Amino acid sequence: MSQKRAWQDLPKGAVSYKSSMDYKTGDWGVNAPKIDYDKCIKCNLCHFFCPEGAISVRDDETPEVSLDYCKGCGICAKECPVQCMEMVRK
Amino acid sequence: MRQGVSGAVYGDGEEVMAKQRLMGLNGDEAVAYATKQVNPDVVAAYPITPQTIIVERFSEYVADGEVETEFVAVESEHSALSCSVGASAAGARAFTATAANGLALMWEILYIASSLRLPIVMAIANRALSGPINIHNDHSDSMGARDSGWIQIYCENAQEVYDASITAWRVAEHMKIQTPVMVCLDGFTLSHTMENVMTLPDEEIQKFIGERGFLTVEGHMGEGELRLNPEMPLTMGPLDLQDFYFEHKMHQVEALKDSLEYIKDVDEEWAKLSGRKYEYVEPYLMEDAEMALIGMGSMMGTIRHMVDELRSEGVKAGMIKLRLFRPLPVEAIKKAVGDVPVLGVIEKAISFGAPASPLMEELMTSYYHDKEKPMMANYVVGLGGRDVSPDIIKQAYTSLEKIKETGKVERLSTYLGVRGE
Repeated sequence: MSQKRAWQDLPKGAVSYKSSMDYKTGDWGVNAPKIDYDKCIKCNLCHFFCPEGAISVRDDETPEVSLDYCKGCGICAKECPVQCMEMVRK
Repeated sequence: MRQGVSGAVYGDGEEVMAKQRLMGLNGDEAVAYATKQVNPDVVAAYPITPQTIIVERFSEYVADGEVETEFVAVESEHSALSCSVGASAAGARAFTATAANGLALMWEILYIASSLRLPIVMAIANRALSGPINIHNDHSDSMGARDSGWIQIYCENAQEVYDASITAWRVAEHMKIQTPVMVCLDGFTLSHTMENVMTLPDEEIQKFIGERGFLTVEGHMGEGELRLNPEMPLTMGPLDLQDFYFEHKMHQVEALKDSLEYIKDVDEEWAKLSGRKYEYVEPYLMEDAEMALIGMGSMMGTIRHMVDELRSEGVKAGMIKLRLFRPLPVEAIKKAVGDVPVLGVIEKAISFGAPASPLMEELMTSYYHDKEKPMMANYVVGLGGRDVSPDIIKQAYTSLEKIKETGKVERLSTYLGVRGE
């Protein structure tokens, strides 16, 4: 959101001209999950619970956290059934 | 019979009138009939006195298969307008109608419809707001919505209601406007009073209305039409905070300002088709007037009658009917007022704690920097359906006469027709 347009140059109807993908919210939070892949059982509960959709699933079925969007809420770590996620400072 | 015609009949009068059909319609029926001819995609409405007949008649048209409209019988006015917003956002022509407390219940959605630039048309059968509860006419409902970003047209008789219920679509959908429109008709006085109304054939209305156009906007997937379309996804109405909301309000400022330029084009086109030419401001016997009243709605007919009566007594009275309140046509008003020395602003609305009623405040604001301006006095009348009789109007002119003689406005705001004043 560096260069903001004047009102004359904005789309009418308050339509959003950028995707939410362009809006990186990762710097909102202090912490992010650190995953111990040795303990991970590939259940992907963290992927489903993440309210930001910041946790994607890799080809090998293990989760991956995008720090561009993770706000550090810690829900993933709380829900992980094998406690393989730990919240650490970004 | 006067049919809101202010100027010469356009084209060959007889030819224009030959294709028209004279119908006996009350104001609500005039709205319903006009809307039937427009054949909108969606009508979502909840019945409320004195708008009820609009919804009843229109649902009959739906039941009888005379329209292709999807009629949504919603559970509240909040839902009626919300549904219209959704339909309009999806690209449909959406119509609704309400009055008083129903309009109050729509409040938050009024602002959403206008800010999303959805060209919805809504008829308002003007009625006093509760409380205490009252079903009769004044302008407190739509006056309260004056800051909501909607265009407001006020009608004097059922003919004007019919005409405005058609032209409103062209105004709302004008590519430079794209803003919702309220067609305001006085509850009971117009909504329930049968009058002669000249109507055009359905196909003429269809031709006049044409297809709805869409603004081109830049969405997150690129440029596309401002509507919800799975082929071209768009985000409408997202969170809009400190960094963008202000800019988006400027779009509405511009749309309402620009609409003053373009509404008259629609009125002109309608005049060619119907022979009825409407102006934003319609002066009556103002050329040599020494005092005048300006106001809106059905009472302007009574005022015209009183002007005639006063003229026959040798009093140089005049009047100005305001048809368009949002946007306020300041230049046209000043032109109509001319150099009349005393101007009374008569209004069926009140603003508690304010120096005067809304129209009075806006006119005084408009005149503030002018060197030449009339002395102005405000007359609040007819609240809760109190009859605005010729006698009340005469009291206003008598008051204006006194102002002219003494050169002093003793009271900025006067309440006429109330016991104890």
